[in-house]
Amino acid sequence: MSELIGKGAAELGELIASGETSAEEVAAAHLDRIHAVDAEVHAFLHVDREGVLAQARGIDERRAAGEELGPLAGVPVAHKDVFTTKDMPTTAGSKILEGWRPPYDATVTARLRAAGMVILGKTNMDEFAMGSSTENSAFGPSRNPWDLTRIPGGSSGGSSAAVAAYEAPLGTGTDTGGSIRQPAAVTGLVGMKPTYGGASRYGMIAFASSLDTPGPFARNVLDAALMQAAFSGHDPMDSTSIDAPVPPVVEAARRADVNGLRVGVVKEFAGEGYQPGVLNRFNETVELLESLGAKVVEVSCPHFTYAMPAYYLIAPSECSSNLARFDAMRFGLRVGDDGTRSAEEIMALTRAEGFGPEVKRRIMLGTYALSSGYYDAYYGKSQQVRTLIMRDFEAAFEQVDVLISPTTPTTAFPIGERADDPMAMYLADLCTIPANLSGNPAISVPCGLADEDGLPVGVQIMAPVLADDRVYRVGAALEKALEDRWGGPLLAKAPKLEAGE
Amino acid sequence: MSVETPMKYEPMRYAEALARFEPVLGIETHIELGTVSKMFCGCRTVFGAEPNTQVCPVCLGLPGSLPVTNRAAIEGIIKIGLALNCDIVEWCRFARKNYFYPDMPKNYQISQYDEPLCVDGHLDVEVDGETYRIEIERVHMEEDTGKSLHVGGETGRIHGADYSLVDYNRAGIPLVEIVTKPITATGEKAPLVARAYAAELRDLVRSLGVSDVRMEQGSMRCDVNVSLMPRGADQWGTRTETKNVNSLRSVERSVRSEIERQAGVLAAGGRITQETRHFQEATGTTTSGRSKEEAQDYRYFPEPDLIPMAPPREWVEELRATLPELPAARRRRVQGEWGLTDLELRDVVNAGALDLIEDTIKAGADAGAARKWWMNELSRRATEQSVELADLPITPGQVARVQAMVDAKELNDKLARKVFEGVLAGEGGPDEVVAARGLKVVSDTGALEAIIDQVIADNADAADKVRSGKVAAVGALVGAVMKASRGQADAASARELLLKKLDQA
Amino acid sequence: MSAITRAEVAHLARLSRLALGEDELDHLAAQLDQIISAVARVQEVAAEDIPPTSHALPLTNVYRADENRPSLTPEQALAAAPAAEQQRFRVPRILDEEA
Repeated sequence: MSELIGKGAAELGELIASGETSAEEVAAAHLDRIHAVDAEVHAFLHVDREGVLAQARGIDERRAAGEELGPLAGVPVAHKDVFTTKDMPTTAGSKILEGWRPPYDATVTARLRAAGMVILGKTNMDEFAMGSSTENSAFGPSRNPWDLTRIPGGSSGGSSAAVAAYEAPLGTGTDTGGSIRQPAAVTGLVGMKPTYGGASRYGMIAFASSLDTPGPFARNVLDAALMQAAFSGHDPMDSTSIDAPVPPVVEAARRADVNGLRVGVVKEFAGEGYQPGVLNRFNETVELLESLGAKVVEVSCPHFTYAMPAYYLIAPSECSSNLARFDAMRFGLRVGDDGTRSAEEIMALTRAEGFGPEVKRRIMLGTYALSSGYYDAYYGKSQQVRTLIMRDFEAAFEQVDVLISPTTPTTAFPIGERADDPMAMYLADLCTIPANLSGNPAISVPCGLADEDGLPVGVQIMAPVLADDRVYRVGAALEKALEDRWGGPLLAKAPKLEAGE
Repeated sequence: MSVETPMKYEPMRYAEALARFEPVLGIETHIELGTVSKMFCGCRTVFGAEPNTQVCPVCLGLPGSLPVTNRAAIEGIIKIGLALNCDIVEWCRFARKNYFYPDMPKNYQISQYDEPLCVDGHLDVEVDGETYRIEIERVHMEEDTGKSLHVGGETGRIHGADYSLVDYNRAGIPLVEIVTKPITATGEKAPLVARAYAAELRDLVRSLGVSDVRMEQGSMRCDVNVSLMPRGADQWGTRTETKNVNSLRSVERSVRSEIERQAGVLAAGGRITQETRHFQEATGTTTSGRSKEEAQDYRYFPEPDLIPMAPPREWVEELRATLPELPAARRRRVQGEWGLTDLELRDVVNAGALDLIEDTIKAGADAGAARKWWMNELSRRATEQSVELADLPITPGQVARVQAMVDAKELNDKLARKVFEGVLAGEGGPDEVVAARGLKVVSDTGALEAIIDQVIADNADAADKVRSGKVAAVGALVGAVMKASRGQADAASARELLLKKLDQA
Repeated sequence: MSAITRAEVAHLARLSRLALGEDELDHLAAQLDQIISAVARVQEVAAEDIPPTSHALPLTNVYRADENRPSLTPEQALAAAPAAEQQRFRVPRILDEEA
């Protein structure tokens, strides 16, 4: 494998900028890597080699013409298939959208292009971002590069698998209940859910509008910050986008210190259901933070344990409405149109065939929660719980600067283990959901391998709304101290994927 | 269980229906705002554009697209709310109304549910000299749907069609819905009150300049709810909703026919089904919409893609300050200024001549003359050509110019009518028509005297009668002068001169 | 007692425009029952006086100017349509005047 693919995004950007390599060489190296390993990893749903090389040549030409380009110009990115792309199909992992070519670019897509990044292809995901394993993809699961029999997390599991397998230095994801942080944790990556509204949702196929947040995957904290900075900022096409400067995330990632910072350990996220190896690494991380000069206290967020039930009412409710547009009338799959059936019948047949079981389950659950007679008891109550969780965050941030917890209770589980047990699958998001309900920024950074299975464990760092820089600062400090201890990045311990012969 | 066959009921005569039942009405009116862009995206809103040329990812509901609220639409609805004496709420949200329908791209409509922007207003309407106060429950903002063309079957109607073709140009056009509280105690006047309300609302919204409110183009549509209760009862009956009534006349007729139909059903011991009905222009009656297998459950919830609205009070007051004089106040003012009777005022309003007359006065004509030209000569010509008065190819300024020439005695009324004829025929403005047609009162006294002398000589008998004191006989001589001058003499001057020459001045 | 009946599940499927088979309905009824029983926990904590939250951020009044932006061409708009005719989206026959 080319040594270019081992390098991080910031480093690649510098090498391209200095002329030591070109965007085209970097793109070709990653395309070769995809070609070599993706049959096993199955991170990508779509890769157009010629198109990618053309994008890269375009960047090289712009640079040759003397254009001033950003720090990520020429750096490849694996783009989650939930973002619309004019030049590539966009499926959101669903059969109902198979082959759809959107007539427009998502804002995130457009900003990646504007930053000069090269979009390698579209990555696999749980259908409409519903799931924690990519097993709900209509196009088959992606695999965890640490152990190909295990899940790479989800829903953004294609991107996490791609970055962990060195198919790309950066990946995009979306996080509705943990869909960036949980896959990052189980593949040994950095994954960040920015403040809700910090980056545009325009062109991001909606799962649950009030929760969905785009964010980056990277193999180190600085790379994640660079990409977040590249695609964030106010977008007039998204009413929920915040009209304020992007927090100084890159500076914070470079600063990397926690001296004097008050760190709160969320009391509720430990105990039964947590894998011992996960808790061991987490507890060591807490001690490490203390040794780095942070003041660690335990904080109670009593309503966080109600976050999951509230989430499984709010997210399905919004999704039941968001997914109504997939109706076989204007785009996408149409089933059974024999000239005799009514539009109503065609809609029902198409949706039954085009959606997978988890999507149907959530549509049904959401329809139930919103229907007359049940609204107050379910949707209404869950919105009140949302208020309580926000109040827990507010109270906690009066005492501490950041909150920390394990990212997910277990390491990567085997493919198939929870596939037909929705409740077990939902547990993967136990610790990540509160930050979605409240809109707070939260990052997952690798903190070691579990003793039982040798698989990666992530620690989650949460900060107040718009204090995204603070989680980068803590994440980078931890990363530095841990890598000193490990003698290199955690991912270096991953088994080598051999070029598929 | 046996299947019930629908009974056929005969409608009851209107007078009898009213003798036995008291109608209760409710009217929901949808008005498309005349913004240049749609409610939630930047697409154009031009009526009658080629199909699917005014669509984008947002109004097509493509995956990933998001709405952003049009400020001008919110200003428009606030103006309507203020003009209807509503309170503008301090905080409210959009809601999604979820139901599947092919002309609705997202399969939910962005609307408002339990948090409308404007609440608790009223609008006074007049019927036969009596004032009815229509209470307004709410005014809320939503988006319009696309339009379907039904192909196959017999008549292009939805039933029996083989398939449909959808144009989404209209999808996402801002729509304001105005909902009345139940309208009671109108008795036999119910159809007229409904019509008067729709007309008053139309004029009100038009005066605000926020919509063209053209019912024939669908930019204003009424859903009319009617129920009956037996006289003396204290509980309202089951209501029906007649959808998308699209002219003032149809509003009146649909209420009347629905009263007659429901009375017939109830009197024969039948029950009214709560249902949607459709007004048929051809028969003047309503027909049942397809009855639903299941009750609708719209699953409203707050629209997460849009931010709550909290119109600042200063903004509301700024908008209030921009409100023009509203139709009712204006009618009261012009009635006083122009010295009209109630009946004359009503004629002017019904003819759609209020603006035209007022603008003519502004251009210099006096009120009486302005009203005379528009209500007589020009109304007659509009009727002949089957066009609205306002659509005649003549401006208030031109009418005022003609009157100025009459006032200056350059034209008489007869010549003025010829000038109007020329202007309407496209021969140019009044001055051009006067010049081209040579229409000029003979104001040269010498020329007029010569004609008069000739007329006196030719009509010696009549002249003698006048000389002998029978002044009324001068009329025949004036007529002869006018004839001899081919209408170009000023009749008043001719009369004056004749009397002088015949020693009667 | 189950939280949701099979008849309710069938009703939800119709409301959601999902033509589900009998087996699928049975399977879903059991799963939904389990999930609803679990999520009903939200009813334990939220007292009446707690205001509901629909949006994560307390923003208000986000509007855009009433200006035109480019539309799609009809070709772009119709490119993904399962069927099109006369520059319109062709859809199967519609049963009701209005849903």
